Amino acid sequence: MPDQLVYAMEVTLNGLMAGVMYSLVALGFVLIFKASGIFNYAQGVLALFAALTLVGLQQGQVPFAHLINAVFGTDLHHFGWHLPAVVAIALTAGVMVLMAIAVEKLVLKHLVNQAPIILFMATIGLAYFLEGFGDVMWGADIKKLDVGLPQGISETIESVTADWFGYGFFIDNLDIVATVVAVALVTALTVFSQYSKQGRALRAVADDHQAALSVGISLRFIWVLVWSIAGFVALVAGIMWGTKSGVQFSLSLIALKALPVLMLGGFTSIPGAIVGGLIIGVGEKLFEFSIGPMIGGATENWFAYMLALLFLVFRPQGLFGERIIERV
Amino acid sequence: MKDMSEGYVTADGRQIGGVLMEMKNITLRFGGVVAIKDISFDIRDGEIRAIIGPNGAGKSSMLNVISGFYVPTEGEVWFKGVRRGPMKPYQVARLGVARTFQNIALFDGMTVLDNIMTGRLTRMKAGLLSQALWYGAAEREEIAHREKVERIIDFLEIQNIRKTPVGRLPYGLKKRVELARALAAEPKLLLLDEPMAGMNVEEKEDMSRFILDLNDEFGTTIVLIEHDMGVVMDLSDRVVVMDYGRKIGDGPPEEVRNNQDVIDAYLGVAHD
Repeated sequence: MPDQLVYAMEVTLNGLMAGVMYSLVALGFVLIFKASGIFNYAQGVLALFAALTLVGLQQGQVPFAHLINAVFGTDLHHFGWHLPAVVAIALTAGVMVLMAIAVEKLVLKHLVNQAPIILFMATIGLAYFLEGFGDVMWGADIKKLDVGLPQGISETIESVTADWFGYGFFIDNLDIVATVVAVALVTALTVFSQYSKQGRALRAVADDHQAALSVGISLRFIWVLVWSIAGFVALVAGIMWGTKSGVQFSLSLIALKALPVLMLGGFTSIPGAIVGGLIIGVGEKLFEFSIGPMIGGATENWFAYMLALLFLVFRPQGLFGERIIERV
Repeated sequence: MKDMSEGYVTADGRQIGGVLMEMKNITLRFGGVVAIKDISFDIRDGEIRAIIGPNGAGKSSMLNVISGFYVPTEGEVWFKGVRRGPMKPYQVARLGVARTFQNIALFDGMTVLDNIMTGRLTRMKAGLLSQALWYGAAEREEIAHREKVERIIDFLEIQNIRKTPVGRLPYGLKKRVELARALAAEPKLLLLDEPMAGMNVEEKEDMSRFILDLNDEFGTTIVLIEHDMGVVMDLSDRVVVMDYGRKIGDGPPEEVRNNQDVIDAYLGVAHD
């Protein structure tokens, strides 16, 4: 097999894996958009906040340590425990549920029946608030997240591909884990939304608030549920990205990578978020590999957005999005 | 007027029971606008009660008060002998009050079947966790609900569109699906806001037949708002007439028809 083809295969595989990571973020957006028509600007910050909380809880950091020390003249930093990863993740999931309740009570409840743009502005506010809140709560330094996920080159894949092609592929173990987790997450979410009582209620709320009320659905409960799920998805994304590149402010910027994914896949489709992520992942890696050297490289910075722009022109609803046709 | 505290027998010989819902001195204001002014009436178990009146009389507002979408400014709502506190619409729905809307409110993205299934949400017991852990039980429950829904689908003769997304249906069928969804909740009280608006004669006849049949077969108490006087006179056992937010008539159709205030309101006599 020609070398170029083998390299291209490796690049494609890597692209698929990277795409899964984008999809994880995009998924959170889709969930909230589907259920409430809100584009949740705060989704990226939610992932950051979840990762910060996870690290903080796991390492026994005292929340608001700087604030407490400054006010009371104490010198607190750590509780002195170190929680097992599973416990810390469960606790963080709990915190995300509390946050969903707080968001509903403090923000959404007061904005019922407002135009989507108002709700969008509210999520921008929420994003900045959470960013600052996360800083004050857990400190602004870069943290290392380690919940025991495997990292580094996968020896198995390297040796297998070396046998087949005479060239060992470099695939990161973390990416493989992310892929498995994403598949499980999407399956669970799809089953939930299609077949469970709450899933049906959720789709009902997304479609028509009045009608949903008339069949006995509590809007507030559904909103808390949706934001809890989005918080949980943010936690998963936060764990993956945090393990990969450390927990720091820039983590919240992964949201920007999710945008083109959404435009490709459609804002309302869970499978769309996955397929969109994969196309962007593979597309940008292959483009960089094949065209990149000719035009000076660094194409990964803009390729996704250019692709999204092309989609906006030819298929504005995305691959799987609902086409909106107004009857006149 | 005869005493009706123990119920009464209708012209076509149906036995009507005691008071199911009672509205006592209901007033509804929006800022300075008075939509409903001090109206009292009752709804009896098993009857078909119509609310009629010219445009802007406050009929839909009254229906919204009954279904909890509006909270009355003054007055009391009694349901099954208990005074109802201020409630959210979904709580009222869970008490057994189902409704349809004047401008159809269906879930356009879902199929007819899924739309009707949402009507059964309040009747589903299995929680989130049990659905995940005991898939079998949740599946059995789903099947039981499906059977009820299929019966309603048969009843309303919409078998052939059960898998069609609602958004693609013509107006008349949408109205019928909305009725099916309300029926799926097996309501004690069914509120129909202009169930025949915008329908042709044939569709109106179908809908009238369904309303009579479901009252007969399921014993559902029905409150309906309607403009078509002929339809109202044929369908209803008792009629409340509203004009400018006030009640100007209340009684059996033939009695209301001969009421001078009602005739004035409909023929447009100048208000002094």
